[in-house]
Amino acid sequence: MPQDLPAGPKSTTAKYWRKPLDADTVKVPHGELHIVVNRCKGCLFCVEYCPREVLEMSQDFNVKGYHYPEVSKDDACVNCGLCEMLCPEFAIFCVLEEEGGGGEA
Amino acid sequence: MTKEATLEPELSHPMEELLRMDRIPHIWCPTCGLGTVVTAFASAIQKLEIGLDDIAVVSGIGCTGRVAGYVKIDSFHTTHGRAIPFATGLHLANPKLKTVVISGDGDLISIGGNHFIHAARRNIDLTVICVNNFIYAMTGGQVAPTTPLTANASTMPYGNFEQPFSIPYLADSCGAVYVARWSALHVRRLVTAIAEAIAKPGFSVVEVISPCSTLYSRRNRLGTGLDLMRFYHDNCEIKHGADTRELEIKFQEKITVGKFIDRDRPTFVQSMNNWYGKVFGDEYEPYEGAVE
Repeated sequence: MPQDLPAGPKSTTAKYWRKPLDADTVKVPHGELHIVVNRCKGCLFCVEYCPREVLEMSQDFNVKGYHYPEVSKDDACVNCGLCEMLCPEFAIFCVLEEEGGGGEA
Repeated sequence: MTKEATLEPELSHPMEELLRMDRIPHIWCPTCGLGTVVTAFASAIQKLEIGLDDIAVVSGIGCTGRVAGYVKIDSFHTTHGRAIPFATGLHLANPKLKTVVISGDGDLISIGGNHFIHAARRNIDLTVICVNNFIYAMTGGQVAPTTPLTANASTMPYGNFEQPFSIPYLADSCGAVYVARWSALHVRRLVTAIAEAIAKPGFSVVEVISPCSTLYSRRNRLGTGLDLMRFYHDNCEIKHGADTRELEIKFQEKITVGKFIDRDRPTFVQSMNNWYGKVFGDEYEPYEGAVE
């Protein structure tokens, strides 16, 4: 049953069917997202393609009148950088957080 | 948290050193894929660790032609269709400079079509990033030589009946040494392809399928650029080394993407040096550029 399985690294919600041998040593990186709100044109690429579903659209508007993304699950970001690559407006980027990353258990 | 982040002056977007930030926000529509292509190009430069003085960007006219104005490296915005001739001159004056042409399908394949085939035939050492949005987007959605059959355009209000070009097939048959096609969604593979194309000596072509939300998508009732991205996600098939004759893009059908051609041919300057070396013997001094 899934609930009996060993939990994945701290920052993930994943559960493993079989615990990887190096699960204790692998550190899952953690990224901090920075959003330049007023540059956003609300295309939703980052929200749609974030593999960890970290982002969601805000109910507020920016100065241009677009909804912009917000971080909904702050600790779930693994610094993959896909949002940064996909954003056509150069409005979102993530910075690797050196300490406090999950997976050190 | 996010609002605080924007106020922090010491943190800036990692692309900002490669962009002319005084011109940002750019003019491209929401959900256009061109900004993503610029990011991919800038990441490829960072990946290759090319000095910003060792690379130049040439663009033609059109939505994609604006790229030359937004990147903070030596760039030139040429007249319509003439990006490749300008880049040819730039390359021949200084063959050590990495010359990259970033332009649209209408500019490179239609108006500059002749330049494209002859630059490929001569194997001039250029990298061509052809952003294909299937339409003339800046001028109002006229039919382009890449518009798929039956797609609607402002000059084809009942659907397109002209057979479109397949850019990889055209480039392959004219002699390009590196041909790849990716969509704006395949960013990581696109960065790799652009980096490989820049590093490759000879005429390399990277076609990027990019969503046009305002004209192509709206005229054909395909939703926004995000819906087109979802379409690429579901319908792009990666086939490296596929036969370029089978890469035709049909309206809203499977798109084959991948790296199709990677071969070696002597470039224009190499062929010239080899030939004149044979003809004139030791009297000939191999050409290495007119610029010190």
